[in-house]
Parts: sequence; structure tokens; C-alpha cells
Amino acid sequence: MYPAARYVSFGDQALIVEFGNTISPEVNRKVHAFHDVVSNSKLSGVCECFPTYRSLLITYDSTKISYEKLVSKVKRLEKMSKAGIAERKARKAIVPVVYGGDFGPDITHVAQCHNLKESDVIRIHSEREYLVYMIGFIAGFPYLGELADEIATPRLESPRVRVPEGSVGIAERQTGIYPREAPGGWHIIGRTPLRLFDPSWQPPALLQSGDTVKFRPVSIEEFWQIHAAVSRGSYDPFTQE
Amino acid sequence: MSIDMKLFRVIKPGFFTTVQDLGRHGFLKHGVPISGAMDDFSLQLANMLVGNNLGDACLEITMLGPELEALHDVQIAVAGGDISVQINEQDAQMWQTLRVKTGDVVSLGKIRAGCRSYLSVRGGVNVPMVLGSRSTYVRCEMGGIQGRQLKAGDEIEGFDIVQPLGFRLSMPRDLVPDFGVEANVRVILGPQLDSFTEKGVETFLSNPYMVTIEADRMGYRLEGPTIERGELVDTVSEAILPGAVQVPASGKPIITMRDAQTTGGYPKIAAVISSDMHGLGQVKPNNWVRFRGTTLSEAHSALVEYDDKIRVIKSELLQQRTIF
Repeated sequence: MYPAARYVSFGDQALIVEFGNTISPEVNRKVHAFHDVVSNSKLSGVCECFPTYRSLLITYDSTKISYEKLVSKVKRLEKMSKAGIAERKARKAIVPVVYGGDFGPDITHVAQCHNLKESDVIRIHSEREYLVYMIGFIAGFPYLGELADEIATPRLESPRVRVPEGSVGIAERQTGIYPREAPGGWHIIGRTPLRLFDPSWQPPALLQSGDTVKFRPVSIEEFWQIHAAVSRGSYDPFTQE
Repeated sequence: MSIDMKLFRVIKPGFFTTVQDLGRHGFLKHGVPISGAMDDFSLQLANMLVGNNLGDACLEITMLGPELEALHDVQIAVAGGDISVQINEQDAQMWQTLRVKTGDVVSLGKIRAGCRSYLSVRGGVNVPMVLGSRSTYVRCEMGGIQGRQLKAGDEIEGFDIVQPLGFRLSMPRDLVPDFGVEANVRVILGPQLDSFTEKGVETFLSNPYMVTIEADRMGYRLEGPTIERGELVDTVSEAILPGAVQVPASGKPIITMRDAQTTGGYPKIAAVISSDMHGLGQVKPNNWVRFRGTTLSEAHSALVEYDDKIRVIKSELLQQRTIF
């Protein structure tokens, strides 16, 4: 974490406010808290706010607000927020997952890498609560952390051309969920029946940066039951506790 | 209430033809890229020529145009990269309102200069709005016609509530843009300028870079002198926007374009200013890109000039209408 946030211009219509240069829950929480402050302030001339691991992107319309004015307004918000950001009340999602087998073909490799049993990988992966660091890569893809060191595994040497929708993967100290079929280099250890993205939803992504996620191991039978409930639109992962 | 009106059946789709407008804004934090016309200037001119709103949806044609059979009388225009246009095998002109009758066949050829042309239809192409835009984003099968490029047999719809124009609009010669084999674009250095040596920045700004075959709506990989990175390279993924110039370990730059994913971990040496993006949308493999550093205030004035230019063209165009 930097002692003071760094303000830097990105092109001619965006400002980046950077809080550190590492991937960590501490830096990332700061970004989310600041995101809330800036987007709630509804500054005129600001178009979008986009939080990522360690920085907040703020896009603006230079015909409505100058860069200097934007920076000074955002800095004022930063000062105010330092004084009293209430602890952000994160939404909690429980994400059901079938681990291993055809749905998680890399779990054996992950277990072998760390001299663990598959059941250990499942336990370690599902006992933690993860923070949604950011959404990126493809629409609705959550980057989650921080993954326990005991199962942290580097990316595949050569990425797969097709990773199926719902696949749960791990890479280094992160885990993530593929909202749709896509190429991918993460080790796939399971699959969820949840839908993560639908352009007809408001907002279109199930998970938002700053949410927390806990995985719950389920059987194949339960996977298909939940799958059916998801298709009916009658499954809410935020009320499963 | 409007009823969907079928305007064209696609006989041949062309190399890569998609529906685009001015993009899908406001969803970056959900991982949705902006998409929209690669050359937003030409798209707006194409719309002007049929009296549309400047941001109406058009067909974006890449390298090789489609062949379309008209299912209804309709007015169209073609703007952007220089392409041959024929109606029933008779040559027709770009940059003006064209009248097409039911049963006519409109064929567009190869693009001779530039990389992308825009075919507008009076009233705009009618596909469902997805997250506030009709633009096609192929990677997530979003927008456009079933989220993909056109294929033979597709039907292109319009809006039946729109009256035809009573006059023809033609772009004055001196206002037709030129598309060369080189794009000169202005950039704002950073945000990860610290990840590069002074020599690296100098190399980037003083040499032309060639567009490789890996160039599409997501981005262009460029070939040219290696850009030297510093000892401490910042590789934490963060937001990227169209126009960002990322430099991976190879030292060869990649420019992100309209369909690029919203996050990326290569350090960004610079970003192309918004008013120069449309020119970048017209370069193709083996063309050249030259980068010139500029200041924020210059970039902001350039954007005002860009908007003014579109307004001026529109008013000149309306003074030159001729009755059909």
C-alpha cells in the first residue's frame, strides 16, 4: 500500500487513482471503499468508475470537466473518506460447486503438486471466504482471493482452447469462475451450476467487486437441482446462509 | 409502435461484417467492453448521408464487403474505407444517399484504401438493444445479429416508422477522408511510464511500428524496434480502455481496440487520444502506426475540434441536398 494515493492520467478521458502495486485484500478493500465514495458522489462530468486490484479507473468527459478540476474534486473526496469510511458491508454469495471428475479435471494434478489428497484440495478451497477483487477478462468473470498457499498453483503451460461455462479455476493465489465458455489457462477443479452473467439482468453480472464468495461442495444430483432452479430464476446465492 | 421491417437478405456476408453503433458505455466494472465502430467518424458520416441520428447502428464491413438482396425499398449510404459499390451490377457511388428497390442486389467489393467501411440504412439497423447498445461483441455473443458476424441467409431489419428522405445528400469531395497506409496518432504517455527506460520511450516515439496479421477488433499486435522496459515492471492487472498501448516482455507493443477485454496486466506506455482513434480503426496488417506525444490540453482541444468538424460537415451537407 502506498503512503499516499497516486493520481495518473490514462489517455485523455480517464484518471487512475492507484493505492498500491500489489494484489492484496488490504489494498483492494481500499479501492472498493473509494469506489463507493466516488460513485455515490455523482460528480458531474464523471462517466464510469471501475475498481480493479489496486486502482480505481474514473472515466470523464473533458468537455464537461477539466482534468485539473476532476483531480482536485476526487482528492477532496479522498480526504473526506479517510476521515470516516464506514466498514463496507459486503454482500456474501455461497457458490455451489461439484469438485473433481469431468467437471474439475485438474484437481488430481493440483493435489499431486502439493502432496495432498483431492479431498484436502476441496476442503482448503471451500473453507475460506474470498473477496471479489475485480471483474474482468470476460463479462462477469470474478477474480477471487486470496487462495491458500497450500493449493496455489501456477497457470497451465499451454492454455485450453475451451473451458466450459461455470468452471471454477485456480491460478497462483487466486481463484475464479468462467461465466461462459472461453479459452483459459487456469487449473479447473470444479464447476458451478450458477449463471454469472446475463445482459438482461440489472446489473448484468451476478457478482460485483467487493462482494465475498464462499464455495460449497455439492453432489452431481444437487448440481442439477440447482441448475434447474437457476434456469427458473428461483435461486439466490446471496441468501443461502 | 413500430413493426420490424425486413430490409435485406444476406447473400454473401463478406469477410467480417457486424452491426455496430457508437458503443456500449457504463458496464466496464461488470467486464463488458465498449465495442462500437472501429472508425466512429465514418460511421457518423454514413448516418448523416441518410439523415439518421449520428449514432444509429450500421453494418461495419472489414476488408471485403457483403452482397445483399433488398427485401424492401430503402435508402442507404456507404462511407469509410474506399470500396466499390454496385447495385444490380451497375456502379454506384460511396458518400451519397442511394435508393435501393425491392429485389435489387447491392454488392460491395474489396476495400482498396483503409480497412473498414460503413453501410447505413435510413432509420438505422434494427437489432435488439443489449445494455444500451446494438453493437456486436462477438467474444461474448452479445448485441448485433445473435452476437456474431453476418452469415448468408441472415435478414437485416430496419424500422418501419421512418419516412424516406425526399432528397439526396452527397459529401463534397474535399470532405471525404483519405486513408493511407500510415496512421499518425497522438498519445498521452503513461500510466505505467515508470516501467520503461528513457531509451524505451524514445524508441517508441521515434519509430514507425508495423501492424501484424494479429489485428482485429480486440487489438493490434505491432512489430518494430523493441521498447526497453525498466528493472521494476508493474504487472498488476488493471483497467484498460481502447487505445491503450501495452508492452509485454517481448518489447513489441499491443494497441487495445474497441472489443478488448476490460482488464490487462502488461504495463501501458501510453494511450492514443480519443479524437485519433478513428484513424487507427482504418489501418490493416502491413500498414504503419506512428506515435507522437501530446499534452492533455492539446488532446482536449483536439476532441472539441473533432466534434466541431462533425457538426460543420453536417451543416455543409444539408446545404447541398438535391432532389432525387
